[in-house]
Amino acid sequence: MNSLRGAILFALVLLCVPAMAVIETYEFSDPELELRYRQLSLELRCPKCQNQNIADSNAPISQDLRKLLYQQLEAGASDEEILDYMVARYGEFVRYRPSFSGPTIALWLAPLLLLLAGVTVALLTLRGRRKASASLSTDDEQRLRDLLDKSERDA
Amino acid sequence: MAPRLKLFLPLILFAAMALFLFRGLSLDPQALPSALIDKPLPDFTLPVLGRESMLNREGLIGEVALLNVWATWCVSCRVEHPYLLQIAQGGVPIYGINYKDDDAAATRWLAELGDPYRANIIDREGTFGLDLGVYGAPETYLVDADGVVRYRHVGVVDERVWQTILQPLYQELMQRGSKG
Repeated sequence: MNSLRGAILFALVLLCVPAMAVIETYEFSDPELELRYRQLSLELRCPKCQNQNIADSNAPISQDLRKLLYQQLEAGASDEEILDYMVARYGEFVRYRPSFSGPTIALWLAPLLLLLAGVTVALLTLRGRRKASASLSTDDEQRLRDLLDKSERDA
Repeated sequence: MAPRLKLFLPLILFAAMALFLFRGLSLDPQALPSALIDKPLPDFTLPVLGRESMLNREGLIGEVALLNVWATWCVSCRVEHPYLLQIAQGGVPIYGINYKDDDAAATRWLAELGDPYRANIIDREGTFGLDLGVYGAPETYLVDADGVVRYRHVGVVDERVWQTILQPLYQELMQRGSKG
């Protein structure tokens, strides 16, 4: 009985959904600003943590960056300006969606190039295989037919 | 492509990948290059700890110096502190940036543990830290005589870091300054 209760409790613990909300809340003068705040805080990476955006992270630096983001949005800065400001201080690292220029262009093009390479290899292999199967000489074909006939007769 | 070469293709691919992955083993994923390298130190005007005065960018630059970001809440800073004293005794100018800290606690810390700093800039809100791209303490910046940031070290400056990275750079910058 006790173990059953334990199992149920354990299952309930597993069901708990981690709270994704940030600790502090900001009052925005415009709901559209709040939307952009959410969008940008998901897109900006916490410099201290390896794989968290500033919306998820509770590191002090993320709190600071969220506050800064709020202040800049309220001051009327565009997304572009805010991202440039962050990149000027923390480098391309802070952007989860890196710009399409400079060294980060490789990040955008590499998947496409790899896909093209894969397709090329696949096409070449397939063509090679088709050629190999079509290149049976007439003698070989005759032999194959004889063998097949023979096996049918034996069966 | 020659059929023989084609046979070796997987091996070549494997070797290339192994090389990259092996290199990856020795890379530090925490190391984040500073966006400020070879750029001028950002402008600031902030109060100085224990003095009734302000310090700005122009007042700080003029010689090759270290900028050390520290705070009393930072455990590693305590580890680093004795070594900073040692470097300062060797004649290297070190400026402190007291990052998001309490003035009284910082003053007490310096009185108890010794003061390696020429001056300590009070960055209570972390605004200057933000302009520098600080993401945690301790961090140490090497600034040349023209006020250009030449190097940023994240983490504790110890004997190894000083001997192998910072000191050679420092001396190189000193020589360049005395020539030009």
